Amino acid sequence: MSAQDYNFAYLDEQTKRMIRRAILKGIAVPGYQVPFASREMPMPYGWGTGGVQVTAACLMPEDRLKVIDQGADDTTNAVSIRRFFQRTAGVAVTEATAEATLIQTRHRIPETPLTEGQILVYQVPIPEPLRFLEPRETETRKMHELEEYGLMHVKLYEDIARHGQIATSYAYPVKVEGRYVMDPSPIPKFDNPKLSGNPAIQLFGAGREQRIYALPPWTKVASLDFDDHPFQTSKAPHDCDLCGAKDSYLDEVITDDTGGRMFVCSDTDFCAGRRADGHAGRLGLDQNSSKSFANSFEGIWPGREVAR
Amino acid sequence: MYVAVKGGERAIDNAHQWLAEERRGDPSVPALTIAQIREQMKLAVNRVMAEGSLYDPDLAALAIKQARGDLIEAVFLIRAYRTTLPRLAGSLPVDTGAMAVDRRISATFKDLPGGQVLGPTFDYTHRLLDFALLAEGDTPTRAGTCSGCGADGRDERASPVPHATSFLNRDGLIEAAPPSETTPPDLTREPMELPADRTLRLQALTRGDEGFVLSMAYSTQRGYGRTHAFVGELRMGTVAVEVEIPELGFAVEIGEIELTECETVNQFKGSRTEPPQFTRGYGLVMGQSERKAIAMSLVDRSLRWQELGEDFTGAPAQDEEFVLMHCDNIQATGFLEHIKLPHYVDFQAELELVRKLRAEAQAMQEAAE
Repeated sequence: MSAQDYNFAYLDEQTKRMIRRAILKGIAVPGYQVPFASREMPMPYGWGTGGVQVTAACLMPEDRLKVIDQGADDTTNAVSIRRFFQRTAGVAVTEATAEATLIQTRHRIPETPLTEGQILVYQVPIPEPLRFLEPRETETRKMHELEEYGLMHVKLYEDIARHGQIATSYAYPVKVEGRYVMDPSPIPKFDNPKLSGNPAIQLFGAGREQRIYALPPWTKVASLDFDDHPFQTSKAPHDCDLCGAKDSYLDEVITDDTGGRMFVCSDTDFCAGRRADGHAGRLGLDQNSSKSFANSFEGIWPGREVAR
Repeated sequence: MYVAVKGGERAIDNAHQWLAEERRGDPSVPALTIAQIREQMKLAVNRVMAEGSLYDPDLAALAIKQARGDLIEAVFLIRAYRTTLPRLAGSLPVDTGAMAVDRRISATFKDLPGGQVLGPTFDYTHRLLDFALLAEGDTPTRAGTCSGCGADGRDERASPVPHATSFLNRDGLIEAAPPSETTPPDLTREPMELPADRTLRLQALTRGDEGFVLSMAYSTQRGYGRTHAFVGELRMGTVAVEVEIPELGFAVEIGEIELTECETVNQFKGSRTEPPQFTRGYGLVMGQSERKAIAMSLVDRSLRWQELGEDFTGAPAQDEEFVLMHCDNIQATGFLEHIKLPHYVDFQAELELVRKLRAEAQAMQEAAE
């Protein structure tokens, strides 16, 4: 595929206009799922086609794009999507959260706080927070219309009755500005507080399910809970073994077959930045990133880490 | 090791190279040409065109070659290409009554105007491996004397063949199917809205996965939403595609496509709203796709329960949302296979939760002892 065969950012202008209309509607009604005529993309449904379409509709030639999957810039699918836009839009790319104008993400919100003017695009598998309580779209749309969220509270209550706590650890449902219950995509609930009052525009794209929804800047987003069982975040009770961060979300990496493991920031940019600033974790400074650490298992020479 | 999913740039490049090598197979065996696939794997090409919603045998053959024979992958390549194509015009509705039929059979009448034309069918072959094909290089010839001739030598293709169901229609024995001038919604340009009307359902079914539609149809035959279907007519052949040219003020034929059409006649004892009469199920698929066309017509009929005042028995094939939301194999395979992508962030969250729940359960047990 050569870039000349396709329009800027792959989609034709008519399609982009259709998607932009859906985005604007989503921003006007925060948390409401706007149906849109999702297109087949050259990557499979489930690989982030919704996010890719939203990104394509938002990208301008002067944008600087960052793509992360599981918090990391170097996971295979993040690499693939970033390459797709480098090829079809020719935009600048970056791994630095602060430098990006548009960030497409799967399953994480970056640790570095976002700023005004940035756009965060989420890839969403199942946009409907009520889906696993009621499989029918015709029913769940009605429930949203009538603000009929009792079923969700019953589910959360049953969790507490059975497990003593709400047993949802990711894709934890939120309520937007006191109106729509929304699925924040499968981010760990650790990230939920970052949804609220965020200065960036947050856009959610679900390609297969043909839905777009949005959180305009500074939207109030509350994780569902009860007065006597307030929402709590959760992460592995460790510090990052590479950068020593106490408050970042951690990946658990199994290092041998005798129970050895290490915990490293899932946000690779955040971790590398801290180490560049001289922070060190349990395994000291001589480590590179979690990427090169992982590669060391495979005998792949990590090459020079990019100077920051 | 799974952690190697990180650091993927080189891995991706290498995987793609390996894939290209695997696709080619043993280089000492000559490569397949697109023409060979188009001509000799025609039913695969037909399926890719039907489910890819793009009538182009050469591109479908290319997709099959590129996808190493994985037809769903080939359908995906075609869909992804199709969606980038500009829409120059909409054709007039094709007239299947004017089809030049290669095959036309009715299971409800022994003989009928236009006759029974078996055409190129597997139906009465004995499924014995033909080891002569192993030797390669044979060119079977047709026994008949003229292309498109019936057993009696009549040229079946010369004159329009009337639809079998129209004979029942004359007596009012079958529900009327009045023509409609409304423009049907376009599944590929608008989000699916439920409840869907019949035109939208038929669009979804005709590009739906053959296996899925087949199984849904089969389930109605086994009693899950039984519709008592007879194949009123099954026809296969070519129809002209015409486009209205505004500058000219009349329609011009821009080519022809091969279609398979199936109309079922379904027993119907009447309901609260409809008198006893035969009802219809309809299937129309691009290319020679008989199994799909028949299956589609059964599922279509099954999904019409509401319109005909029948009871909803809870059968999957009656459930519009269930059928329409799950019949697309590109959506299905994408979502199914995406679970092999990294999920360690959500899995980590689950790990912490399970560890916490286990610790609490253990503490409670110890306290009880």
